[in-house]
Amino acid sequence: MSANRTAQEVLDREYLPVRAKILEIAAALDRIDRAAESSARPERLTDLRAGIELLLRDKPGRAELIQRHFSLEYEESWRAKFGLETSSSATSPGARESVALDLGAQHSGD
Amino acid sequence: MYIDPHIHMVSRTTDDYEQLAKMGCVAMSEPAFWAGYDRGSAAGFRDYFEQLTSFEPTRAAQYGVQHFTWLCINAKEAENVALSREVIAMIPEFINRPNVLGIGEIGLNKNTKNEATIFLEHMELAHRLGELILIHTPHLADKHPGTRMILDMLGGDAQTNPQRVLVDHVEEHTIRPVLEAGYWAGMTLYPVTKCTPERAADMVELYGPERLMVNSAGDWGPSKPTAVPDFILEMRRRGHAESLIRRVVYENPLEFFGGCRRFAFAERE
Repeated sequence: MSANRTAQEVLDREYLPVRAKILEIAAALDRIDRAAESSARPERLTDLRAGIELLLRDKPGRAELIQRHFSLEYEESWRAKFGLETSSSATSPGARESVALDLGAQHSGD
Repeated sequence: MYIDPHIHMVSRTTDDYEQLAKMGCVAMSEPAFWAGYDRGSAAGFRDYFEQLTSFEPTRAAQYGVQHFTWLCINAKEAENVALSREVIAMIPEFINRPNVLGIGEIGLNKNTKNEATIFLEHMELAHRLGELILIHTPHLADKHPGTRMILDMLGGDAQTNPQRVLVDHVEEHTIRPVLEAGYWAGMTLYPVTKCTPERAADMVELYGPERLMVNSAGDWGPSKPTAVPDFILEMRRRGHAESLIRRVVYENPLEFFGGCRRFAFAERE
């Protein structure tokens, strides 16, 4: 769905805001470098740099990709880990597997 | 005219009601949430539910705004399972107050076992009482795994009716699975930690207006209660039809809230 804007029209509108955002990021990275004590956790900086590199991807979906980059992973086995057992009786729309409460885990949840 | 389907007016001054009314807000829905600190007892929640169901609608009415609300113990405080069960047991005392829309905003915060346990117990209550459900998905790095876990729990219950569930705070990496599973989806226009009006407009363009809403989630933190008008302006600036905008900011909330048997909305002529 679009409102019939051309890529040029979108670019013309977005150019200055994007330029400003790039400058904000550049200034923040400079601030980190200028800090008196260089104690920033390197993995967080690596994380930011990797996120910035994803911007240079030459196809759509960058926003979703960057969201996933900064996300923790989903663990398929979370219910087993929490003691919330699954059963095979799910019938609701969109269900992949059902959940049956582990009453023992419930009452020991504190 | 617009409706804000998710805003925490208990944390805002009366001046905000005036400003929202002037900007075209005709109704709002306020989920029960975290007070900014962990409450010490169920009595604290009793007073809070009283505020949501009697004081806030009165305060809103001074400016011609209709106020609706939801009841639950939020995901943060759900880590305390014993307290959560006391609060859940109290909900039926308030559920039939005229402005109550259902159970919410339940959800996950740090995706813990206790949070998931209480989420399931809220779901069971909602299904037993026949109530709508409004869901909070976690923020930032926790959002992706937490949303997946929530969809697992919803989908794993045969009583879940996706048409009666609103999954809120969706972003680019969670909106598609929520919509594909048939749920309603809310986009929250909140600085830094959530979405912007521009990105919300992008998602409306990508996915269409069906079952999609926007909200400000104005609360204790740096937030903008007038964020929905910002979205309206962005959509107009992109040349979108008023009918499309109206659908997202007015008709969709009315359609979803209409699933509550108590919902009585006085439309302005």
